[in-house]
Amino acid sequence: MSAGIRTRRGATINLVGEAEKILSVANPSKTFALKPDNFFGLVPRLMVKEGEKVAQGSPVFHSKTDSRIVFVSPVSGEVKAVVRGAKRKILEIVIEAKNGDAVVHEVPAAKALDRETVRNILLKSGAWPFIRQRPYGVLAEPDIVPKAIYVSTYASAPLDVDYWFLLKNNLEDFQNGIDVLNHLSDVPVKLSVEANFLLDFESIKGVDKLPIDGPHPAGNVSVQIHNHSPLNMGEKVWEVRPEDVANIGKLFSNGVFSAQRTIAVAGQSVLQPQYVKSIIGAHLSSLFEISGIDNTLQNRVINGDVLTGKAVALDGYLDYFNNLVTVIPEGNQYRMFGWLPFMDNKIPSLSKTSLSWLFGRKGYRTDTNMNGEERAFVVTGEMEKVFPMDIYPMQLIKACMAGDIEKMEALGIYEVIPEDFGLIDYANTSKIEAQEIIKEGIELMIKEVG
Amino acid sequence: MSFLRKKLDDLKRPFGKGQKWERFAPAINAFDTFLFVPNHTTRTGAHIRDAVDLKRTMVTVIIALMPALIYGIYNTGYQYYIQTGESFTFLDAFLHGSWKIVPMIVVSYVVGLTIEFIFAVYRGHEVNEGYLVTGLLIPMIMPVDIPLWMVAISVAFAVLIAKEAFGGTGMNILNPALTARAFAFFAYPTYMSGNKVWVSEASNLDAISGETILGTLAAGGNVNYSFFEMFQGSIPGSIAETSAFFVLIGAVILIATGVGSWRIMLGSVLGAALVGFLFNLWGANALMSFSWVNHLVVGGFAFGVVFMATDPVSAAQTNKGKWVYGILVGVFCILIRVFNPAYPEGVMLAILLMNVFAPTIDHYVIQGNINKRKKRWAAALKTA
Repeated sequence: MSAGIRTRRGATINLVGEAEKILSVANPSKTFALKPDNFFGLVPRLMVKEGEKVAQGSPVFHSKTDSRIVFVSPVSGEVKAVVRGAKRKILEIVIEAKNGDAVVHEVPAAKALDRETVRNILLKSGAWPFIRQRPYGVLAEPDIVPKAIYVSTYASAPLDVDYWFLLKNNLEDFQNGIDVLNHLSDVPVKLSVEANFLLDFESIKGVDKLPIDGPHPAGNVSVQIHNHSPLNMGEKVWEVRPEDVANIGKLFSNGVFSAQRTIAVAGQSVLQPQYVKSIIGAHLSSLFEISGIDNTLQNRVINGDVLTGKAVALDGYLDYFNNLVTVIPEGNQYRMFGWLPFMDNKIPSLSKTSLSWLFGRKGYRTDTNMNGEERAFVVTGEMEKVFPMDIYPMQLIKACMAGDIEKMEALGIYEVIPEDFGLIDYANTSKIEAQEIIKEGIELMIKEVG
Repeated sequence: MSFLRKKLDDLKRPFGKGQKWERFAPAINAFDTFLFVPNHTTRTGAHIRDAVDLKRTMVTVIIALMPALIYGIYNTGYQYYIQTGESFTFLDAFLHGSWKIVPMIVVSYVVGLTIEFIFAVYRGHEVNEGYLVTGLLIPMIMPVDIPLWMVAISVAFAVLIAKEAFGGTGMNILNPALTARAFAFFAYPTYMSGNKVWVSEASNLDAISGETILGTLAAGGNVNYSFFEMFQGSIPGSIAETSAFFVLIGAVILIATGVGSWRIMLGSVLGAALVGFLFNLWGANALMSFSWVNHLVVGGFAFGVVFMATDPVSAAQTNKGKWVYGILVGVFCILIRVFNPAYPEGVMLAILLMNVFAPTIDHYVIQGNINKRKKRWAAALKTA
């Protein structure tokens, strides 16, 4: 076990509608979708045509830069549609589920595994995209040996999932997955666990446990890496999400690509917030059938948490990585004199110009209103309060806006990904879109530096 | 409310996209968003947002200014009546002060906001709230007898040269309100110093005169005010700067709401106290031997430190930088007071000077962070 990480800066925003610890199984979805946009920096090359039959685990598209990295169908069925956007960019590949076979890969016994075999099986089976690489949060490069592999079981974002609840019936696969991942790096997998619940994962062997203590964003892997062993220029670290460790474990026990996704359906507009067992890319209606949604409200459905997730249509599909679907009301109404200090204290606020801290015990109800308009940077020091890293966030954002690569590098762009700026988006007075700016900054880095 | 909303929406229609008056949308939006927080929802980034926005922040500063302003209005009348010898009530003093000061505030807002609106329309961005604070600050730091046209010209200079020339709110290097005062100070020195401007009507009536404490000291005179009078503020001076007590109430509001930086305020007080104390030990002239405690409560020090030095745009932006910046503001304020009798009020020049150096201070703080990172990279390369 490594020394613990304690952060004090940040904020846990307590919203109403947390998922109850009940696990239901979703009715099988009729259609599924894969979205290339779920993988940052990926340029997809289609391998199927509309109308073509696919088996569970057969490739649908691959990465343009590395054709070994394939993305496979989560179910067997038929390619129903390839949805394209502007400039013919592929947005979704919709697959209609039908009974059929699954692709079975030959997996040697655990003892016979080595780095080369593990890598090949992961690549061939389509499980490689479960691994993401820092810097930048892109797909992992198959030919390198990472400095470490991080698995964070502490989800600190608002309404985020309890990974122990999600994994406790699946520990065998999880352990199996850890053992597999340990082949890929020279040091044991870093398993971050919330400090108060260290005992939960006691039975897991072969990991270096990192006890984490602190408010959001302490659960973000960037924060953990930064405070444990910060990323230096040229170093690479991998990240795998906990349920995907179990998916990898399952693949290595039965040879079939596993696309299990346990989703917490949460948020103010959900009637019975709870956990639902589903599959990557499933249609959202299969989840809402179980949890119910308050249709009297105009809602926003989010794949992920309220700070970093992606908005999706009510009849859309699950994204690839998220274990959380949040539904909150839209906030397209006016508030008279709402800008006066100490007005509308029910809206959660980290600023002391609001008395909202008095109202948070039972959880806040909030909506998607901007609560103001975008302005130039004026207030200083507020971003640092929610950013538990030794990085100057405002200066980094400005460097990204200016496209000053040298400055971005020096100020720590390698150590962050957009999601780390979720709370800054939320908290800053000038309503600066920090995540978007950092994302564009990282895209520039990839283009110019690689 | 919905009736008003409907009326506003009707009123705004010609300013919509592709409509006749689209160019002037920022002007009408400024009024609309003053009444209502708009119905905009998040599009990119976080889906939920904090209730705080720039309007709320700026209004908090205005609330914090109120105690000092109200006392300043009263004190204007008080200084006038004790000189004329008439008997007066609190209300008389307050009305006399309002009669002098309200027109200054109106002139400041009308001139400043007109320029802001023109620039917003010209540049096609929304009207920023920054001037709400600046526009109130400018009259508050002027001598009461300054002619209104000088207020107008100072405001125009500050908004055009100190702010809009750099790109508007958030981009300026110097604090705009202090720039206005510095402009008036150097352009119209006879209206900004001496013993004929600090008390209402002093420039018109021979019977009335009054020198600020620092002015008296610089001229080698004796100060007949007690510490309590200086702290409470019943002394001649710029309109709202005289009362350290009411400025302190403002400071408490700013610090409690997190709007003003306590680091800068505390740093300045420490810096000024230290230098003041050292001069007390030296004691070569009247200003040097003026007790360091008194230095903190006379002149514009308290007002400048609480409301001007903490302007987040022109101050240092890093937490470490704020300490350095604050301490240096305090140090330079006393240094200028003591060594430069021509400028008995040091805090204005001290803050403007540090405004100029704030980016340099931040540069070194950030460079420290960068160097640490690069050292770490180098160490990692060596072991690899």
